[in-house]
Amino acid sequence: MSSAGLLLILALYVSILFYIAHWAEKKRHSKWTNNPYIYSLSLAVYCTAWTYYGSIGVAADSGLSYLTIYLGPIIIIPTWMIILKRIIRISRVNKISSIADFISLRYGNSRFLGALVTLICVFGILPYISLQLKSISDTFYIVTKTQYSSNIFSDTTTYVCIALALFASYYGTKYVDASEKRRGIVTAVAMESVLKLVFFLIIGIYVTYFVFDGFDDIYTKAAVLQDFDKKNSIGDLTNGINWFFLCVLSTFAIFLLPRQFHTAIVENNKETHIRTAIWLFPLYLLLFNIFVFPIAWGGNILFQGQGLNSDTYSLLIPQHFNNNFLTVIVFLGGFSAAISMIIVSSIALATMLSNNLLIPYGFIGALENKSQEKNSKRIVNSRKIGIFSLIILAYAIYRIFILDYSLVSIGLVSFVLIAQLAPAFFGALFWKRGSKKGAVTGIILGFLISLYTLLVPYAIGLTKSTSTFMQNGPWGIELLKPFQLFGLDYLEPIPHAFFWSLFVNTISFLAISVSFKGNYRERNYAEMFVDIDKYITNHENAFVWKGTAFVSDIQKVLQRFLGEERTKRALNIFNSKYNIDKNITTADARFIKFAENLLTGHIGTASAKILISSVAKEDKISLPEVLRILEESKENIIINKKLTDTSNELKKISEQLREANEKLVDKDIQKDEFLDTVTHELRTPITAIRAATEILHDDEDDIPKEVRKQFLKSIISEADRLNRLIDKILDLEKFETGKQKIYLSKNDISKTIANTLDSVRQLIINKNITVEFDGTEIKAFYDEERIIQVIHNLLSNAIKFCPKTDGKISISVAEKTEVVEVSIHNNGAGIKAEDFEPIFDKFYQSRGQNVKKPIGSGLGLAICKQIIEHHKGKIWVESSPQKGATFNFTLPNYNTTEKQ
Amino acid sequence: MKKILIVDDEPNIVMSLEYTFKKNNFEVFIARDGQEALDILKNQLPDIVILDVMMPMVDGFATLEQIKKDERLQHCKVIFLSAKNKEKDIEKGLSLGADLYVVKPFSLKKLVDQVQNLIQ
Repeated sequence: MSSAGLLLILALYVSILFYIAHWAEKKRHSKWTNNPYIYSLSLAVYCTAWTYYGSIGVAADSGLSYLTIYLGPIIIIPTWMIILKRIIRISRVNKISSIADFISLRYGNSRFLGALVTLICVFGILPYISLQLKSISDTFYIVTKTQYSSNIFSDTTTYVCIALALFASYYGTKYVDASEKRRGIVTAVAMESVLKLVFFLIIGIYVTYFVFDGFDDIYTKAAVLQDFDKKNSIGDLTNGINWFFLCVLSTFAIFLLPRQFHTAIVENNKETHIRTAIWLFPLYLLLFNIFVFPIAWGGNILFQGQGLNSDTYSLLIPQHFNNNFLTVIVFLGGFSAAISMIIVSSIALATMLSNNLLIPYGFIGALENKSQEKNSKRIVNSRKIGIFSLIILAYAIYRIFILDYSLVSIGLVSFVLIAQLAPAFFGALFWKRGSKKGAVTGIILGFLISLYTLLVPYAIGLTKSTSTFMQNGPWGIELLKPFQLFGLDYLEPIPHAFFWSLFVNTISFLAISVSFKGNYRERNYAEMFVDIDKYITNHENAFVWKGTAFVSDIQKVLQRFLGEERTKRALNIFNSKYNIDKNITTADARFIKFAENLLTGHIGTASAKILISSVAKEDKISLPEVLRILEESKENIIINKKLTDTSNELKKISEQLREANEKLVDKDIQKDEFLDTVTHELRTPITAIRAATEILHDDEDDIPKEVRKQFLKSIISEADRLNRLIDKILDLEKFETGKQKIYLSKNDISKTIANTLDSVRQLIINKNITVEFDGTEIKAFYDEERIIQVIHNLLSNAIKFCPKTDGKISISVAEKTEVVEVSIHNNGAGIKAEDFEPIFDKFYQSRGQNVKKPIGSGLGLAICKQIIEHHKGKIWVESSPQKGATFNFTLPNYNTTEKQ
Repeated sequence: MKKILIVDDEPNIVMSLEYTFKKNNFEVFIARDGQEALDILKNQLPDIVILDVMMPMVDGFATLEQIKKDERLQHCKVIFLSAKNKEKDIEKGLSLGADLYVVKPFSLKKLVDQVQNLIQ
């Protein structure tokens, strides 16, 4: 394949990436860019060119040990549900944008620690980036069958580098706030993760099933090769221990590598995405490893004794069979792996450089400008330049130093350096006593030891243990031999360096932390980090600060970085969250923390603290006081929660009380009206009786006999009326208070109706009314005496409302599935629809329109309703103008309800 | 002979009133509700009207309002006769322009005296 052709393909490929990033940035809120799969796949930035090519090299040369790099993460990932969630929460509430921010904030917002972590990361990762460039360059020459050029202008890597630097610095710095999500980059990285896996699987299947006849075939053919058995077993205890340390090393790497911290934490926008990641990411790693072994040993079989670089077997095999298409595909997969690592790492490093080194150490003075636009521009530009120069620096390293080392060795050296952050990092999560002094000492000592046991030997190119320095130790002191420090001779260089550096690091971190207590600020953040779940909703409360500061001063600082509009919005949110009067001029601890958080994303934690302190006069607080305040605030949070709960409960209860009271008042009014009506109803007959009696008494002698008789008759009928009324009131009272018993028995409803009709026969005849009734036998359960009362009442009403001539009453009985329905119709004037329901209320007509007199006692229908409801039936009225009214009621059907 | 109109829907009460006023030399007219009363008043100009308050159709208050609108009936005295004996009912009745508000049950003798006093 010609260089020009491959470059063209590369250009096309990179422009597709640009397009994806651009598209995702535009759709930054859509489901396509914000889902757990994109998140999980972006984590696969872990698989670099080192995985893609280097694993095969290790598998071909030294067998199974390539697995350790994947076993560590796979073993530890299930704990992400707890650990990663905690890290994400801490980072989210504190607006942390890099691992340097994370560590420096925990150890008292330490500017020095942040810078130290940044330097370790740059030192560890930069050669790693160079390694990726080297892989691009190496594979490019293999695919095009050209030679490495010493002229940088004819070295294609130069142009690839520039393209990547442009891409990363453009999409990596879209937002001044470094804790903002970069959807474009993440989506592009996830896309590349898919591509590199698919391409790797394709070449794996090709080698296994097309070049050879499956796994068995490769195994049989490889088994006869030299050293096969030795390379393909873990071996003795010594090897086991080596394995163990490598696994632990990769376990740390998955948390601490800046690119992993960036994709897993800074770019996480939902905690629940972890749930998908904990199965999808290990699955991804497993899939990636299925074909490593067949390709490696397939290569060993094919190129036996030719001395080729085993790292590049995946390219050499398709090329050997003149399969250009596959060769290019494999190259593109490796290219993807390399550039996603370069891009993410350089963004993460550049953020650290700007927020934890450049701005807090000096550059902060340049941000004094009043204009927010200018400050933002400066910050973004500093990061752009940072990303650009990091990639170019990596390019320089690649050109000058590491062209000779295999991919794996540099990668592991990088891991060991980054692992020095482990004690301080995990200590931040779980141990409140950890102090800044301990962390700094541990990191520096660990770094120095790894320098001595790894970098020095590598750097002077003495890896073959031939010099006296390596063989006899410096100045002939055997105990100081860099690869067998203190006589530890059974570990390989990497596990050896890892063991000693981390051992010393951890011990000094623990010892110094215990011996020298940290200051109050460290203790404060220790509390907030370790107990993050407690403070997650109002972490500002957990911040201890005493002193004097004015809101307006802090506001001015905020405006310099956020602009006026955003500052105002942020303040409003803060005030409403904590219920603070916006006219208060002095700032409290919560506000100080809130302001620091707002600035952290832009300029890092250390600088945020420096800027806020410049306008706030802080009083010294002793450590015991901090602990006391923390204890109080913890209690306050609990009490607060309890108070909120109680007040919610009270609210609920008072609501219930209000409702109950309303009901009572309503009942009271009803009762008043009822009493009013009852007394009126009682007074009317009494009045008639009184008047008649008075006449009879006063006019005893000259009253005609006829008239006297009439008066006496009226006294009798009014007395009866009075009695009936009292009966009805008592009846109703009994039903309403539940004292009235219903005696159910099986009866024929038609018979009951016929009997009741007989009792009102005289009234019907008097008014000359026609009655229609077809009495088929239908059985139902009811208290006959009570139902007679109902039917009597309805019939009396019907008779009363029939027109004076041509009155007609029709009665029908219908058997339905569950009920028996009785309807009594009259052809009177009918009832208005608005009266359908209230007509069954007692003294209905007296309600609302006080002065109109009820017809009848006003209690009849109310009693009917009570009786029917006590039978679990329904009573209602239907009517339309000019067609009269129909009263209906239902009773349980004897045939379908339980027949006791 | 003085004319009296008795408006009430309770036949037994009406009966006593009719007997008593006839005996006291009144010409008695009877209506069973407000509407009937207004119909009678179209042709008759009684000296006094005894009005029940709670009646079906047109009640006592509404009837009085109609009477007060009619110029021919300006001289006519009106007495409310009602079982509604609350302060606010009495006040309402009097504010509508009734000359007297008598609560039920009442003494016939006293009522006759009050009527005589009114039309003196």
